[in-house]
Amino acid sequence: MRDRRSLSGFAFVAPFLLLYGFLQLYPLLRGIIISLRREDLFGGGHFIGLANYTELLGDPVFGQAVLNTLLVTLMIVPPLTIIALLLALALNNATRSSAIFRGLFFSSSVLSVTIVTLIWRFVLTPDAGLVGEALKAAGHAPLPFLSDAHLVLPAIAITTIWWSIGLPMILFLAGLQQIPADMYEAAALDRSSRWTTLWKITLPALRRTTLLVVMLQTAGQLQLFGQSQLLTAGGPGGASRTMVLFIYETAFVRWQLGYAAAGAEILFVMILMVTLIQYVTINRDSEGAR
Amino acid sequence: MGLAGLILRDVRKAFGTTPILDGVSLETGEREFIAFLGPSGSGKSTLLRIIAGLETADSGQVLLDCERIDNRPPGERGVAMVFQAYALYPHMSVRDNMAFGLRNARVPESDIAERIADAARILEIEPLLDRKPAQLSGGQRQRVAIGRAIVKSPKLFLLDEPLSNLDAALRLRTRVELAQLRQRVEAVVIMVTHDQAEAMTLADRIVVINDRCVQQVGAPMEVYSRPANRFVARFVGSPAMTILAAELVPGDGPAKIKLGDGSEIATRVARDGLPSGELEIGFRPESVHVAADGPIKATIILVERLGERTLVYCQLADGTPITAEDGGMSALAIGDKVSLAIDGTRAHLFGPDGTAFHASASI
Repeated sequence: MRDRRSLSGFAFVAPFLLLYGFLQLYPLLRGIIISLRREDLFGGGHFIGLANYTELLGDPVFGQAVLNTLLVTLMIVPPLTIIALLLALALNNATRSSAIFRGLFFSSSVLSVTIVTLIWRFVLTPDAGLVGEALKAAGHAPLPFLSDAHLVLPAIAITTIWWSIGLPMILFLAGLQQIPADMYEAAALDRSSRWTTLWKITLPALRRTTLLVVMLQTAGQLQLFGQSQLLTAGGPGGASRTMVLFIYETAFVRWQLGYAAAGAEILFVMILMVTLIQYVTINRDSEGAR
Repeated sequence: MGLAGLILRDVRKAFGTTPILDGVSLETGEREFIAFLGPSGSGKSTLLRIIAGLETADSGQVLLDCERIDNRPPGERGVAMVFQAYALYPHMSVRDNMAFGLRNARVPESDIAERIADAARILEIEPLLDRKPAQLSGGQRQRVAIGRAIVKSPKLFLLDEPLSNLDAALRLRTRVELAQLRQRVEAVVIMVTHDQAEAMTLADRIVVINDRCVQQVGAPMEVYSRPANRFVARFVGSPAMTILAAELVPGDGPAKIKLGDGSEIATRVARDGLPSGELEIGFRPESVHVAADGPIKATIILVERLGERTLVYCQLADGTPITAEDGGMSALAIGDKVSLAIDGTRAHLFGPDGTAFHASASI
C-alpha cells in the first residue's frame, strides 16, 4: 500500500524529474567530467585530474576575465537597483502618464542583445555617436568609449543598465503594490513626513524585494556575454573580456573543451555562492520577522 | 453642551458624480462615545475618513474642541485612529509602533517611554512590547493598535469596525474591554460599525447612517424603541422588525389598524398626525406572541431556539412573513399552524414616505 502510494507520487513528479535530470543535472555532471579531461571539440581526449583548474589559476587571460566580470557586475548592480527603485517609486500610481512611462521603461527589456548593442554602438561611437556629439556641443573632445581600456567596462555597464532596467523596476513596483494603503494612512495620522515615510515604512517593506533584485542581477550579470561579444569582442586588449566570453572563446574558437568547462565550473561556483547568500539572508530575515 | 466635542457642519462628499454624503451635521458631547451605524456603502466609513483627514470633504466644516480641523493634515488634528485591519508597521516592534507617532511629533524620549509603559499596563500588553506584529495573535494586534492610538492622548478616537476582524468569543470580550477602556480616556470616541449589537452596547448615542444621510441620532434605546423611519426600524434590532401593510380603521381615539387578513389591532399612535395614503405597521418580535386565543392565524416556517426564548418565523395566510416570540421551552415545530397575539400598544406606524409614528407617551 505504502509502496504504491509513493510510486504514484513519483509518477506525478516524473515528467519534471526527467526534464530536470536531462536538461540540468546531466549537463552539470557532464560539465564536471569534461573539466577533468583534456578534451577537443572533435572527439578524443583523456583524464587529467585537476590540471585544467591549476592551469586556469595561473592563466592571466582568465584572471583578467574574472576581474572584468566582477568589475562590470559592480558597475551594473548598485546603479541598476537604485535607478529601478527610483523609477518604481515615481511610477507607482494609477495615472495614465505613469502607465505610459512604465511601458516605455520596460520596453528596452524586450529587445534582443543584438539590437541593444547596435543601438548603443550608434550612441557611443566617438565620431558620430549621440554622446560624442553631445560632448562636442559642450566643447569637450568626444570620448573613445569602445576603444579605451578604461572606458569600455563603464560603456558596457551603461548599455546593460539601459537594457535590463525593466525587470527590477517591475519587481519593485510589485513590492510597492503589496504595501497596504492603510499603512500610509496610519503614517499620515502619525505625522510622518514624506521622507520619514519613505525611510521607515516603504524601504523596510521593500527589503526582501531589494535583496531579490540584487541577487538576481548579480547572478545574471556574472554571466554577461552578448554585450561584450558584440560591442567590443572583448577588446581592446581583453579589457572587456568577461568570464563567459572567455569560456566561449576557449571552447568554440580554440576548441579546448576541457579547459573551457573548468572555467565554467568556477563561474558556476561563484553564482552558487551568491545564491546561497541570498537563501541564507532571506531565511534569517523571515525568522526574525515571524 | 457639545462645544468641546466634535462638530460636523453640512459635510458633503461625492466621488465623481456619485454622491456619498449629502449634508451631514452632528454635534457630540465632550466625552461621548458615538457609533456610526449603517449598512456597507452607506457612507459611514467615508465620514470617519473625512474626520480623520484621509479624505477631504467637498464642502462643510469639521470642528474639534472649537477649532476647525478640516483644513489641517491628518497628523495635526488631534485625532487617533484604530484601523479595521490594524495597519501596524510590520517591521517595527510593538514599542516602536507605539512610539512612531510620538517621535514624529518630537515628544521627548523619556515622555514617550512613560506613555508607552502606561498604555501597555492598561492594555496588558507589557510582555509583547519587543515583539513584531507578525508574532502576535489577532486580539493582541487589536490591543497594540488601540495602544498606538492611546499614547497620542488624542482629543478624538476613531475606531473603524474595531471588532470585525476578531472571532466571536474574542469579539465579546473586546467589546467589554472597549467599554471599560472608554471610561479611562478623556476623549470623544467615534466607532464605525455595521453591527447594531456593538452600537447598542457601546455607544452613548448612535448615529444611524444610510443612503448618504443621517437617518437618526439618539441614545441606543431611543433608536430602538422610537426609530425615526422605516429604515432605522428595520436596521436596528435583531431579528428585524416585522412590517406589514395596514389600513386605518375610521373612528376616534388612537389609530386602529386593519391587517391584510382582516384582523384589527388597536395601537396607541395618535390618529391626528397620520398622513393620508397607504400605511404600514411594524412590531418587534417581543410584541408578537404565540397564543392559543390569538386573532391572527399563521404557519411556522422556521423555529430558532435561543435558550431563554424561542423565535418563531411565520407566514400569514397571504404569504407575508412575521416574526414572533415564544417561551424558551416551546414545543413548536416547522409547519405547525399557530395563532398569534399582537401587543398593539407597542406597534409603530409608517407613512408612505417611511416616516415613523409611535405610541404617544401620554396615553
